[in-house]
Amino acid sequence: MSYLAKPKFQHPSLEVNALGFTHRDYEGSMSTLCAGCGHDSISAAIVRACFELSLPPHRIAKLSGIGCSSKTPTYMLGQSHGFNSVHGRMPSVLTGANLANRDLIYLGVSGDGDTASIGLGQFAHAMRRGVNMVYIVENNGVYGLTKGQFSATADRGSKSKKGVDATDEPIDLVALAIQLGASFVARSFSGDKAQLVPLIKAAFEHRGAAFIDVISPCVTFNNHAGSTKSFDYVREHNIAVNALDVITGRSTIEVDYAEGDRQDVLMHDGSTIRLHKLEAGLDVSDRSAAFGMLERHRFAGEIATGLVYLNEGARELHESLDTTHRPLNELGQEVLCPGSKALQAINASLR
Amino acid sequence: MPIHAVNDFVIRFANVNGSGSASANLLFARSIMRMGVPIAPRNIFPSNIQGLPTWYEVRVSEKGRLGARGGADILVAMNPQTFMQDIAAIEPGGYLFYDSTRPMAPSAPRDDITVIGMPLTEICAAEYNDPRQRQLYKNIIYVGALAALLDIDVVVMETLAAETFKGKERLLDANRRALHIGYDHAKARFDCPLGIRVRRSDAVGDRILVEGNFAAGLGAVYGGATVCGWYPITPSTSLAEAFERNCARFRIDPATGKKNYAFVQAEDEIAAIGIVVGAGWNGARAFTTTSGPGISLMQEFFGLAYFAEVPVVVFDVQRGGPSTGMPTRTQQSDLLSCAFASHGDTKHVLLMPDGPGEVFEFSGSAFDFAERLQTPVFVMLDLDIGMNSHLTAPFRWDDSRPYDRGKVLSHDDLERAGNFGRYNDVDGDGVPYRTMPGAHPTRGAYFTRGTSRDRFARYTEDATPYVDNMERLLRKFETARSLLPRPILRKAARPTRVGVIHYGSTAAAMDEAVDLLAANGVDVDALRIRAFPLSREIADFVQSHDQVFVVEQNRDAQMRTLMTADLGLDPARLTSILHYGGMSITARYIVREISGRLPKPVAKKTVEAVS
Repeated sequence: MSYLAKPKFQHPSLEVNALGFTHRDYEGSMSTLCAGCGHDSISAAIVRACFELSLPPHRIAKLSGIGCSSKTPTYMLGQSHGFNSVHGRMPSVLTGANLANRDLIYLGVSGDGDTASIGLGQFAHAMRRGVNMVYIVENNGVYGLTKGQFSATADRGSKSKKGVDATDEPIDLVALAIQLGASFVARSFSGDKAQLVPLIKAAFEHRGAAFIDVISPCVTFNNHAGSTKSFDYVREHNIAVNALDVITGRSTIEVDYAEGDRQDVLMHDGSTIRLHKLEAGLDVSDRSAAFGMLERHRFAGEIATGLVYLNEGARELHESLDTTHRPLNELGQEVLCPGSKALQAINASLR
Repeated sequence: MPIHAVNDFVIRFANVNGSGSASANLLFARSIMRMGVPIAPRNIFPSNIQGLPTWYEVRVSEKGRLGARGGADILVAMNPQTFMQDIAAIEPGGYLFYDSTRPMAPSAPRDDITVIGMPLTEICAAEYNDPRQRQLYKNIIYVGALAALLDIDVVVMETLAAETFKGKERLLDANRRALHIGYDHAKARFDCPLGIRVRRSDAVGDRILVEGNFAAGLGAVYGGATVCGWYPITPSTSLAEAFERNCARFRIDPATGKKNYAFVQAEDEIAAIGIVVGAGWNGARAFTTTSGPGISLMQEFFGLAYFAEVPVVVFDVQRGGPSTGMPTRTQQSDLLSCAFASHGDTKHVLLMPDGPGEVFEFSGSAFDFAERLQTPVFVMLDLDIGMNSHLTAPFRWDDSRPYDRGKVLSHDDLERAGNFGRYNDVDGDGVPYRTMPGAHPTRGAYFTRGTSRDRFARYTEDATPYVDNMERLLRKFETARSLLPRPILRKAARPTRVGVIHYGSTAAAMDEAVDLLAANGVDVDALRIRAFPLSREIADFVQSHDQVFVVEQNRDAQMRTLMTADLGLDPARLTSILHYGGMSITARYIVREISGRLPKPVAKKTVEAVS
């Protein structure tokens, strides 16, 4: 980390989005993570995605649990309210916040320890409920703040910095999310901005539980030979199964990828995501194909990245609960309180 | 000598769980209430769905003695499993009503009670073909028989049945018929009424009969709660259900049919409180409802809500602990685990209602306190308050009283505000101002965290801002002390140096105990605590009495500990009277314990006649 304060000046010709904000308006305070941490790249990708989508920063609520990854909401979106909650429990806090005001945009940031170890239960149930959010796991397979213990996503046989082997079966959060009902599920790599930024944008455009597992090497505790989440290992074994563009109603994004087998998906908010399928036969709306694809690449020792599953027809929590369209936190006493007259009828029924 | 009593007796029904006796017994109890005679019904039930013994007891009291009394004057013995034990609990001179289809063994278990046998199983077998009907209507038949035996107006029972089965004429007819089978059979064969009987009165007034859990659920609706995250646990489940039921009645948007509330059954208590913390942070009035084990699971979140200053309301319907303990029995044993919930230096606001009436009132105001103070507020019920029906003054709501949403800066406030600091003590009361996510495009955003921070919500591990913040939280606690419901004093008719302190569901028994003690020549002043942090009036009360008893329904004298910790009182000045076997405390017990600890009144010396 740097101890120098972030300079306030910016280049006068800095690019401006539809709201008149520059990229700088989406940044947060200076990161305190280790220099070269994959998490900082993810924060930068989130900032970029929010800027490109012209999301009003104050309409975003960013929530996290505990851990290195959960610190990162401080380092992005400084004009947004943030909530650094307790270890493994961000999903429930985000769920409650979402129930209180369905109109905000919810970003949950978590890590592999926070989500796959202590928080697996809350992760599972938030996905089941279809909470309308973007849930990003910054996955390095290791505990940073407590100095290098394995998390539940560490691959079996992977070696820790101290030379200990991981002996337990790893949890594949992507497969789990699909099984549990998440309606947008992707995996990416912190070092692949070209893939990650469009994925985050598409996740924000999606209505429902959007989950992205981002492999994010820990430069301090999990970047050595024998680790399956080091930069070198992930670079060598990363197989992109598709690439995508997000075409919002507001602006058209230049297509960076070669034209190939294309799949256009219309999102709820009117935007379109255009998938360039690199793997023949992968239909992201097919759950069983998604499971098969994940299993095939896992068997081959590869990390499949890209959009893995998408269901634009899924119900989100407020639809399941049939809550009013107005945010619950805006309802006034005249709506909430039945008043003394109704109480007389209740009293009468209890005599 | 058989007991003779009018409008003053205890009847106990011994049933088998799941046999459909609950609704029949409630019909019996309500019919007496409709005749204008106060009642106090209590369920004594097992942690079981079907098959284990369950009891229902109704204390009938013209004088309005609504606490548990102990013993039974009449036993309705419908459970062979507990027959002998039930008979042993009948008061001398009492009555036994039993199903005489099979001979009783031994044939005369006691010679000091009156035995009334009615062949209920045989009657049902003759009247009904369907086994389920035989079972269900057996209960209604004995209620009909009791109407004859106790001189209860059977027309009142029919009216109640008609209200219950409104629109279900077939069920109503069947119930009416069963009532009359029992009534006619008893009239024809027994000398009715018994020495114990009911007589019409006007002692009920406009009071209502209601469970505390219903009152709390309704109070949460009136208090403006919109988010409930909860997890099922006895004895709090019916509180969450009452909230949902009342929301379904009062919170459906008339134009769209959509719900003006969110009711989420979480995967566990940790998620339940997490949902509530998230919703409270985001400006909705939110609550959870639980019991002891849930309180344990929620501890980490209570610390976060205390330190991050998030309004949260928790209903704790206390049961017998520790661990799974006695899940269907009552206790006041979560006081300390709620008052000091979580790690580090924490202390929380507790409200301690005495019954459904105050539960309704406190449930509404709990949300005001939580938002005013930006902190968790615990409403401490117990199984006796929550799951038993109590006679109480009708619920009242003042339409002119606006919700107190506390110190929240709106968009316009933020336009005018200078340098917003989330944890700045602007008013000197320890309560800072907060903003809601999304309120203003460029002002008021801050980062909420469980880690230490400065007045502007910036992360810091420096000692000075940390201590500054912890001291402010203490000032806030003092603000709470000044806002919360004050204790209620019941002064004895004559000046006395004996005081008794109590709280929660002990109130009804205490009220009776004070009268009984006075009748024995022992005057006591009684003070009922209603909130923590404790009012200074409690310290004054202790100072102004030579002997002070603290009556509690737990083993470890938890309120006494709170009094010494929070008010600095000398524990040697406080004599504990503890009752924690899981059954509601009785006036008899309190009187016996207090009398036993007081110096015996000095008998007048008789001067020997010297002649």
